[in-house]
Amino acid sequence: MYAFTYHRPKSVADAVALLGQFEDPKLLGGGQTLLPTLKQRLARPSDLIDLGQIPELQGIREEAGGLTVGAFTRHAQVAHSETVQRVIPALASLAEGIGDRQVRNMGTLGGSICNADPSADYPAAVVALKATVRTDRREISCDDFFTGMFETALEPGEIVTAVHFQKPDKAAYAKFRNPASRYAIVGVFVAVFGSEVRVAVTGAGPSVFRADDMEAALAQDFRADALNGASVPAAGLNADIHASADYRAHLVRVMARRAVEACG
Amino acid sequence: MANPTGIGASVRRREDARFLTGRGTYTDDINRPGQTHAVFVRSPYAHARITGIDAAEAMQAPGVIAVLTGADMEADKVGSLPCGWQIHSKDGSPMKEPPHFPIARDRARYVGDAVAVVIAETREQAKDAAELVMVDYEELPAAVTSLKALEGGAPLVHDDVGGNLCFDWHLGDAAAVDAAFAQAAHVAKLDLVNQRLVPNAMEPRAALGEYDRATGEHTLTTTSQNPHVIRLLMGAFVLGIPEHKLRVVAPDVGGGFGSKIFHYGEEAVVTWAAKKVGRPVKWTAERSESFLTDAHGRDHVSHAELAMDKDGNFLALRVATIANMGAYLSTFAPSIPTYLYATLLAGQYKTPAIYAEVKAVFTNTVPVDAYRGAGRPEACYLIERLVEVAAAETGIDKAELRRRNFVPASAMPYQTPVALQYDTGDFAKNLDIALPLVDYDGFAARKAESARRGKLRGIGFATYIEACGIAPSNVAGALGARAGLYESAEVRFHPTGSVTVFTGSHSHGQGHETTFAQLVSERFGVPIENVEIVHGDTSKIPFGMGTYGSRSLAVGGSAIVKAMDKVERKAKKIAAHMLEAAEADIEVKDGRFVVAGTDKALTIGDIALQAYVPHNFPLDELEPGLDEQAFYDPKNFTYPNGCHVCEVEIDPDTGVVQVVSFAAVDDFGRVINPLIVEGQVHGGLVQGIGQALYENCVYDEESGQLITGSYMDYCMPRADDVPSFTVRYHEDQPCTHNPLGVKGCGEAGTIGASAAVMNAVVHALSEYGVTHLDMPATPERVWQAIRRHTPAQAAE
Ligand SMILES: Cc1cc2nc3c(=O)[nH]c(=O)nc-3n(C[C@H](O)[C@H](O)[C@H](O)COP(=O)(O)OP(=O)(O)OC[C@H]3O[C@@H](n4cnc5c(N)ncnc54)[C@H](O)[C@@H]3O)c2cc1C
Repeated sequence: MYAFTYHRPKSVADAVALLGQFEDPKLLGGGQTLLPTLKQRLARPSDLIDLGQIPELQGIREEAGGLTVGAFTRHAQVAHSETVQRVIPALASLAEGIGDRQVRNMGTLGGSICNADPSADYPAAVVALKATVRTDRREISCDDFFTGMFETALEPGEIVTAVHFQKPDKAAYAKFRNPASRYAIVGVFVAVFGSEVRVAVTGAGPSVFRADDMEAALAQDFRADALNGASVPAAGLNADIHASADYRAHLVRVMARRAVEACG
Repeated sequence: MANPTGIGASVRRREDARFLTGRGTYTDDINRPGQTHAVFVRSPYAHARITGIDAAEAMQAPGVIAVLTGADMEADKVGSLPCGWQIHSKDGSPMKEPPHFPIARDRARYVGDAVAVVIAETREQAKDAAELVMVDYEELPAAVTSLKALEGGAPLVHDDVGGNLCFDWHLGDAAAVDAAFAQAAHVAKLDLVNQRLVPNAMEPRAALGEYDRATGEHTLTTTSQNPHVIRLLMGAFVLGIPEHKLRVVAPDVGGGFGSKIFHYGEEAVVTWAAKKVGRPVKWTAERSESFLTDAHGRDHVSHAELAMDKDGNFLALRVATIANMGAYLSTFAPSIPTYLYATLLAGQYKTPAIYAEVKAVFTNTVPVDAYRGAGRPEACYLIERLVEVAAAETGIDKAELRRRNFVPASAMPYQTPVALQYDTGDFAKNLDIALPLVDYDGFAARKAESARRGKLRGIGFATYIEACGIAPSNVAGALGARAGLYESAEVRFHPTGSVTVFTGSHSHGQGHETTFAQLVSERFGVPIENVEIVHGDTSKIPFGMGTYGSRSLAVGGSAIVKAMDKVERKAKKIAAHMLEAAEADIEVKDGRFVVAGTDKALTIGDIALQAYVPHNFPLDELEPGLDEQAFYDPKNFTYPNGCHVCEVEIDPDTGVVQVVSFAAVDDFGRVINPLIVEGQVHGGLVQGIGQALYENCVYDEESGQLITGSYMDYCMPRADDVPSFTVRYHEDQPCTHNPLGVKGCGEAGTIGASAAVMNAVVHALSEYGVTHLDMPATPERVWQAIRRHTPAQAAE
């Protein structure tokens, strides 16, 4: 790690003010991505602004029939929240499947979506659950938020404050995890809102995406077998030593079936 | 009355309280006044000429004390890291042994090869400065895989090693094998890869060098499994420091699995640099450095053929193996794919003729050396996969085919065609215990039940035998070892009856502090709390060879027994004097020295007191004191053996393999502490399952970059990946040539497990026509295998 100056603001306004003061500041969420990056000397921020002591960024509450989750909510808090388990149980079980216990006790929702790792789990929930990302200055629709591999619509210095998830009629997330890192090789989040079905796929491509064919097929007939004819093309999918693009394309269909089955 | 801390008692490990509460003292926990920190500048290229090193800017950085290079070591006449085992090729020529300098001089030969070292006041300062050391590299093409390195025109890792061939060795009777193959009714053939693994001890390597100007004494504290070996190699061959001026300490060591046997360059560098800068120098590897620089394991590519008669009796085995040595010869590297591998190719079978050829190859990768099992898992995997293929091809039940070919217990001692003489073993008995344990007959019903849930199911066997103890020095010497392979012990009774045992073995997770103390407790009736086990410090213990090859109890424990024999002989004399009886009438019963047929008795404490306060003592016959030393050099290897049975379930939609049950039936000879033995088996099994399903060290075949350089990509097995194990052992076949009758248990789990798992995986996939899969059986590999063998899906 290179040396940096550490700050711990008590409000979003203070954090914004600090961001404006320094040459190369960086926000610190749960640190599960940022700290390893610093330890490997792959980043050299002048200042770290820890978001952990800001009450506005915390907490889980019901709002407009859905759920609003503060950006600094840890994965374990989402997983164990009775509110989340009651309103959107699929979101709680997604959080429970992230990494390992240590990671869940530290990592945050805001950190996860701002980092936009192609194999992170939350992006699938954000997109499938028609979420709105709230920041210190605006609201961003889920369909606009994730713009590419490790890229989001956030402007420099923009702080995510909360995410509002809509409550689906039913939903489920099926994940095929990387046996080494336990990130998603493929994760498919299926959510049903009346006649609308959303199928969000993470892990498979450079960024989370919606499987249009599958959505159309399931809107017609919400059964796993309805996916028999639908598939995502392997072209353009990620490939690494753990999974080829072909295998990922195959897994998308298997996980989509499992998610549909889990919706009941 | 059984001694609650004697032989056979499941005494909880005494050392665990210390380790589990963070009170262990590991090398990195030790800090000396004035200590400095070393950080290595390492080659980012697999192969490059070093054309210049400019340290001027680094030297100006805050806190920097020195930047040292290979040229500085050369100027100080620092030598090459020696290799401890010499192999001769078929043509009688000695193996190629290119120099291996602690810091590379003109060429870097793998990603991570040390090029310079920065010494600074703090670790962070040293790291900062290391980035400022300007090394001019001229990148060269790299030979990365063993197969490519052997191809004509491949880049040469060492200019004077033609074809990158370190040695081309063989063992066995080729003519007899050819003749047997000519007679064969059936020949089973198999090509297989035993993939490269990263050892991943929990504690990264570390080394702390100190130099005392007043006495001229050097001290190296290091993460080693064998401090005396390091003292000998580093002192005599690398730094030229005589033994009496060099102390090597291996304090608490957090796992080794073989990777901490070897003498590494960093140890020599900190020892040398401490004198140069006049202050203690500490280096601790980061995890990513461990991935790049700890000696790796396995990495064999083999072809094997088994000849059988019409009844499935094995007639002959022919094996050709290419073994990757990496860029340099690590300390014991040449012995692993030869005398610890080919000699084990008989396995548990009475195959009359065996011939093995092994080519060892240099590549631009980190050196490969012993890793838990060391050659024996590679042998077991090859034989047991081949036997399973033979069973499938001949239609003979796989348990039956094995039984038919076992060396019978009645044939012991048994001379194999590949140099070893097994002393004991009842292989059929292991199988007889295993079959009902796993309900072999019920497999079909379980498979049907899995099928109802859409899963495939397979059952796989592995029988193994290993040669442990490593071994009689004269035998090892004849085979090329450049060291003796005995063990030492000193048993020192103190005046009030407590005991300190000094052992040449080294504990880095095996529980010696408990097991060894049980030996003393049993013998002299001393409570275990009164026995201290001291190991790991060359200034305290007698010259010892350390711990590897499942040797600690068989060789180190036997040395303790021999020292206790001497203590007992002397104690009897003292007791006879004190009790005014004839020495011949003194019996030792439950740790008490009794005059036969009387109630006159003394405890060892009474005797020890008299030995140190010799007021009533036969001073004209005996010296005072009760402190004896012994060295034990075994007559033979020991031969732990067993039968492992694994059952897996496979999800054909995803290719995920789940180990649903695993049973290990082992013969370790006599068992001193069943709890510790079970723990060793569990750990070994997990490591073997790890190789079968998860672990794979991958270098980019062109650039030689390590792709699996962190836990994000290198998959270690975790608790939730493995089932609850069924572990059984029997003690009917004690080792016949050591005083405890013990055989060793440290590596057994690893040796049998990979083959058992892979046999189960292939069995489950056999309904698709799959006959072999290389490790690790990752989900994608399994899925691809299914797809290749499913016409409809392949066309998709
Ligand atoms: C071993 C391991 C396994 C993991 N497995 C999984 C897994 O299975 N699935 C999964 O989804 N994830 C996984 N993760 C990632 C982890 O869950 C975290 O979500 C992720 O590391 C980022 O969250 P964080 O709170 O730690 O953010 P940090 O690491 O602190 O920050 C990440 C980035 O987000 C920025 N940031 C943080 N908060 C905000 C904010 N409120 N506004 C704007 N920018 C912000 C930071 O500046 C930084 O650039 C794993 C991580 C590890 C180490």
